[in-house]
Amino acid sequence: MELIKVKNLTFGYNSSNDILKKINLTVNEGEFLTIVGENGSGKSTLIKCILGLNKVSKGEINVEGRIGYLPQLTDIQNNFPASIEEIVLSGTIPNHPRSLFYKKEDKQKAKEIMEQLELYEMRKKCFYELSGGQKQRVLIARALCATEKILLLDEPVNGLDPKIVTEIYSLLKKLNKQNKLTIVMISHDVHRVVKYASRIVEIESGKIKRDIPAGEYTCGGEK
Amino acid sequence: MLTAIQEMLSFSVIQRALLVGTLVSLCAALLGVSLVLKRYANIGDGLSHVGFGITTIAVAFGFTPLPIAIPAVIVVAIILLKVGNNHRIKSDSAIAIISSTSLALGVAITSLTTGMNTDVCNFMFGSILAMSESDVILSIIVSIVVLLLFVIYYRKLFAVTFDEDFAKAIGLKSGRYTNLIAILTAVVIVVGMRMMGTLLISSIVIFPALTSMRLFKNFRTVVISSGIISILCFWVGIFLSYVYSISTGATIVLVNLVLFILFTLLDKIIE
Repeated sequence: MELIKVKNLTFGYNSSNDILKKINLTVNEGEFLTIVGENGSGKSTLIKCILGLNKVSKGEINVEGRIGYLPQLTDIQNNFPASIEEIVLSGTIPNHPRSLFYKKEDKQKAKEIMEQLELYEMRKKCFYELSGGQKQRVLIARALCATEKILLLDEPVNGLDPKIVTEIYSLLKKLNKQNKLTIVMISHDVHRVVKYASRIVEIESGKIKRDIPAGEYTCGGEK
Repeated sequence: MLTAIQEMLSFSVIQRALLVGTLVSLCAALLGVSLVLKRYANIGDGLSHVGFGITTIAVAFGFTPLPIAIPAVIVVAIILLKVGNNHRIKSDSAIAIISSTSLALGVAITSLTTGMNTDVCNFMFGSILAMSESDVILSIIVSIVVLLLFVIYYRKLFAVTFDEDFAKAIGLKSGRYTNLIAILTAVVIVVGMRMMGTLLISSIVIFPALTSMRLFKNFRTVVISSGIISILCFWVGIFLSYVYSISTGATIVLVNLVLFILFTLLDKIIE
């Protein structure tokens, strides 16, 4: 089943300068898709279009169901007083957007997800005191609360040490296999990702340069 | 001390001030948590100066200040928060410009009309005697609305404050909540200004949030404790100001400062 379908997408923040040019991309259920490319190639812009954060005028984007999004960490979060539990729970807001408080079923869902990601025991801990890897797990848990199908991650391992990176990728792989979650991830380090992803899409200057199964990916050169 | 409190409470002016001050302190502290976290702490200061400018204009033309100042300051608040997203003029410079212009305008108009008198001094530094009957009623209504909206949108305000992109991705209209915070802040500032004074009101927006963030590290506790700290400081401040005849606004700010230092020390000791 096609979960995300991008057709002929052209996008720029101002009309004179298109960042994305005629992008065609289909994401199927169960895939672990990684989008790679240089800084400024348009990866994040594409993700923001898919999420509806950028208003698209040229081209079409169809998304099945809700996407669980994992944005990059912001400066504000460095000293924001928030417990793991509060953050993960906030992912359930779209399930009952009009409710004043979190419903029992939402709390239950958040609890199950926190247990799966080994966060439940430390749920009262403060977010900014966590390690980089733990922070990413919290954000993954929050995204999981918001979706059942698609997880979309924007460079989740930026600045983490190699051991933690492996841990995060393994976790994503596990979610991909066990929870049947479709994963779309932007990444810098292609070398490591190849082992986990099922498909690699390379973007260069706003165009898709390559779209191949991960097994066929060789760095730099053509396949 | 008890007799002093009893004596103080026997004045109807002070009863009024206590009621309004408690509500305003609570509202200001709740909004302050969001503003401090969003790095908009300066906006309170800017808005109070705008409030001052508009108040002097209203007084010069013989109008009751509050009903005019509230909508005008709301408009400025929204503009300022919108500028925060614009990259050409940074919001702190925008606040500085608007703030000093309003103050200048206020002072210029006062000089042309009534001249620098005690009224102006009261606008600047606050006076618990400044609250008229209608001001009190308006303050109570406004405070209740602010409190209700804060409770109703609590979950969403948290989500939007913590992570705007994620909030947008799950379908929250984050601009709407930013506007809500701006409007509520504007209203609380204008209402609180009469008592606390233009120059001091912004401190009761910022201090309680900063103080409670020294010790507490989850959002709900910070929100609740900020409210409690703010009210406590207000009560202690108004009592001290009554006993020692010090300006009310100034006393409250100083009490807030003492508590901030106390919490900072406590945090160091706990570590």
